[in-house]
This record gives sequence, structure tokens and C-alpha cells, in this order.
Amino acid sequence: MAVKQEIKYLTAVKTEKRAKKYCRFKKLGIRYVDYKDGEFLKKFLNEQGKMLPRRISGNSLKFQRKVAQAIKKARQMALLPYVTDLLK
Amino acid sequence: MNYELMVIFTPVLSEEDYKAAQKKFADIVKENGGEVTHENPWGLRSLAYPIQKKTTGLYLVLEYNAPSDLNEKLKVQLNRDENVLRHMITALDKYAVQYNNRKRNGVNADSKTAEA
Repeated sequence: MAVKQEIKYLTAVKTEKRAKKYCRFKKLGIRYVDYKDGEFLKKFLNEQGKMLPRRISGNSLKFQRKVAQAIKKARQMALLPYVTDLLK
Repeated sequence: MNYELMVIFTPVLSEEDYKAAQKKFADIVKENGGEVTHENPWGLRSLAYPIQKKTTGLYLVLEYNAPSDLNEKLKVQLNRDENVLRHMITALDKYAVQYNNRKRNGVNADSKTAEA
């Protein structure tokens, strides 16, 4: 008779635990997102200069909106590109 | 209300012309009942993308406190000036004013600068 103890999975079980994402603005007490600081805003862009979603950046909704506005202003004033390759 | 004006001038301006242009817009603010709280000429910077076939621009950041009807007058002057490549007026909330003050006074304990 087969032994019932051997449990087999179709996919490997995830053992690593990912670090919990957090909103850096809430954590560090930043209350104003400055559009003039292009280097800071680059943290929220991917390599093509597109904005990262909240899913990735971990921002709270309130600050994701502010970041979005700041990035759009920075693009308007040619501090950040609209489209590019190899931003980082 | 507190506002912030950012202007990009053409890079072909000479040093005196750049200074004159800075003074011109500061004066417009003052003449119309505004108060310039801070003037910050960034000078020549490369643009992230070309504007009017120019790859660099002379930046000017002007913070001022003014009645809201001043902005329309200022915009007319900015649009009329052919040395201006682009301009933007931003209304500042109380956190923005705080942030700008702290940045000016160079406090490094500011969480923003520590982060960035």
C-alpha cells in the first residue's frame, strides 16, 4: 500500500519571505513632493521614464497622486524626459 | 497666496540679459502688489529633451506672495517675452512653503534631503 505522508506539489513552495512594502513618504514624514528635485522623482520611474505603479512603488494613494503631479510638472519643465531609453 | 514661478529662458542670453530678465519679472511681481520671497537663478542647465531645437536653458525659480490676479498679468508678460522658452506657475501649500524654507536654510536634518 502507498504511504500517504508523501505530499507532492506541482510547483515549488515559496520559502523566501519578501520584505513588506511601505510608503516612504508616510514613514519618513515627507509632506511635500518637490517637482524641482528630478533625481528624487527618478525613484518612481522605470527605465523608459514611465511612472511605476503603486503596486511596485508601495506609495500610499495620497502620495502616489502627489508624486504623479510632481513628475508631470517636472516633465513639463524639461527636468525629466517624457520618453527615453536607459534612464537609469 | 504663495506661488512659485519657474521660467526657462533661451540659452543665447548674455549674462547681463539674463540678469535683466530676472529683474524684469521680479519687478512685475513687485509692481502688482506682490512680494518676492526668494529668487533662485539656477543658471544654465541641460534640458531633458529639446525645446525649440535648444538642448540647454537658463532656469529661474521665483517664489512670491501675491494676490491671485497677479498671475494673469504675469502670464501675459511671460508669453509676450520671446526669450522665454517655457514657464510654469505653481501654487504652494503650507507644506511646500515649509519645505522651501528648510531647503533654503540648508537644514540637513530635513527628511527629504536625507532621503534624496
